[in-house]
Amino acid sequence: MTAGSIAARGLVRLPVWRARIVLVGLIAAFGGLAVRAVYLQALRTDFLQEKGDARYSRVLEVPATRGRITDRHGEALAVSTPVKSIWAIPSDVRLKPAQAKTLARLLGMTARELHRKLAEPERDFVYLKRQLAPETSEAIARLGLPGIYEQREYRRYYPAGEVTAHLLGFTDVEDVGQEGLELAYEQSLGGRRGSRRVLKDRLGHVVEDVQSIRAAQDGTDLTLSIDSKIQSLAFAALKSAVERHRAKAGALVALDVQTGEVLALANVPSYNPNNRARLSGAELRNRVITDLFEPGSTLKPFTIALALESGKVTPQTMVATDPGRMTLAHYTIRDVHPAAALSVTQVLQKSSNVGAAKLALAMPREALWDLYDRLGFGRVPQLGFPGAAAGRLRPYRSWRPIEQATMAYGHGISVSLMQLARAYMVFATDGELVPLTLVKSEPVAHGERIISVDTARAVRAMLESAVQPGGTGPRARIVGWRVAGKTGTAHKQENGGYAADKYIASFVGLAPVSAPRVIIAVMIDEPVGDYYGGSVAAPVFAELMQATLRLLGVPHDAPLEPLEPPSSDASREST
Amino acid sequence: MAKLNLLLLAVLVACALGLVTSQHKARKLFSALEREHDHGRELDIEYGRLQLEASTWGQHSRVARIAAGTLGLRVPDARRVRLLGRDDAQ
Repeated sequence: MTAGSIAARGLVRLPVWRARIVLVGLIAAFGGLAVRAVYLQALRTDFLQEKGDARYSRVLEVPATRGRITDRHGEALAVSTPVKSIWAIPSDVRLKPAQAKTLARLLGMTARELHRKLAEPERDFVYLKRQLAPETSEAIARLGLPGIYEQREYRRYYPAGEVTAHLLGFTDVEDVGQEGLELAYEQSLGGRRGSRRVLKDRLGHVVEDVQSIRAAQDGTDLTLSIDSKIQSLAFAALKSAVERHRAKAGALVALDVQTGEVLALANVPSYNPNNRARLSGAELRNRVITDLFEPGSTLKPFTIALALESGKVTPQTMVATDPGRMTLAHYTIRDVHPAAALSVTQVLQKSSNVGAAKLALAMPREALWDLYDRLGFGRVPQLGFPGAAAGRLRPYRSWRPIEQATMAYGHGISVSLMQLARAYMVFATDGELVPLTLVKSEPVAHGERIISVDTARAVRAMLESAVQPGGTGPRARIVGWRVAGKTGTAHKQENGGYAADKYIASFVGLAPVSAPRVIIAVMIDEPVGDYYGGSVAAPVFAELMQATLRLLGVPHDAPLEPLEPPSSDASREST
Repeated sequence: MAKLNLLLLAVLVACALGLVTSQHKARKLFSALEREHDHGRELDIEYGRLQLEASTWGQHSRVARIAAGTLGLRVPDARRVRLLGRDDAQ
């Protein structure tokens, strides 16, 4: 007989309390589960979430690459590319002697050096070698040594090497700009490293992007105004001139007249930015922008421009320069080529100190100061280049007559080569000063008018006569284009006075005269032997100007005929 | 009533399976995307290296040296240059 039939017949009556107990038991169990669930879900949720995340969630660094620097035609001048650094946890490293030997050889150090690096067990992170070539780091990875790891880093390469060293500067081992444009444009070049939270699967693949903690931002590329061909030629011409004249140093800058762009900027001595093991301060200096010198005769055109502006003289006005010297308060101003009288044009052409001084003394000193100030002397140029020098232009109230006279031919004032080249802009643009830039810019550049169109053209004509056979700079002439420019030969300042046998030879000029396109300024520091600007600096100008005009495709404005050689005495000038 | 419940159960199961499948697909696609991103980055690095290489080989001083040395090229003498006007060129 079955239980069902027994119950159905009402033979067995189960007590109600038993069912109640089961029910209460069930409810209690569910209640327990609910409490546990609340406990886990609500109270301990953070802890559990963290444990779960630790098993599959990772925060990844998103690297940002440093922007490239290219020249105006897109030629790469500085590129960051990944390299490997080898690091170790010293306490984990177990090396057999043979392994140690191989590793040391790959790292380019002796086995003893390697052991010394690994002999600090309390340190748990040691760089063995940073920034290795990819082949070497792969070879080390193949050794599979315990406790030795590699890490990806970026290293910056400069294919043009010493040619662009001063302009670009360099970055440190962390790829952060330290000098030059690398430092100036660190903000935009550097980029910003980011990080993000992801889920990874068992095999280590990223399967889901959970959250971007910080977006990575790659550095922006920088396109310079530099033309790498002109830059390369400039460096070569300058270097050979410095070597030929056994000079201490040299600097050169080439400007585009229409846009104010710097086409080339070279310094000698230079260094290789890819290998900076031995660097001296002299090699690091960017002389074009940070070095100051007394420009000497290259300032005379501005004195003459001012005299023309005042309306007191014309290019044909005669200035008495007899007997080729002039004494002012115990100081004598001398001319190398004494003459009884010179026209204003000849004062510039023959580079007469006496003539320039007389013209300056005929004008109020405020006027001369005002012109120099508006030309940017004594003010830091707006180039955005670190360490740009302002130069020294003393307030005119402190000028004595002798200083006003020497200032007329570039003594008692100090400028940088960049300032000097920029000031010549007024003769190239018919009187306007265009702001300079090292970054490629749109062709429209609005200048600030400094002198009148007539004055600018008159001085330009005089500057052209200064490079003719009768002037001081005939070796600046080139075949096919008319050039204009001014030589400068100045005694070097030393210990508060002038050194008798140390000179700075310079030349600043523009071409083609009919429609100027390029200004080139050259400065050679302490040439040995021949020291005149016309014979030391002018040939560098000519060599580079010829090549630059050809590269830019500037139409000729002079016949293509060989030049007559200048007389050997021509380049001598007053210092 | 039971029929409706069964139907809803079937729909629920289908939805659940769909969710799992689409999640799986999303992860697969995402990992493919990651791979492509990595690939893109690698290509960019390679482009940088190639740019470096091109710039190194194309250094003006090197080109000038080869032109003058190996190929024997030089800038012509002024006497041997004749300029063509725009009209002559046409």
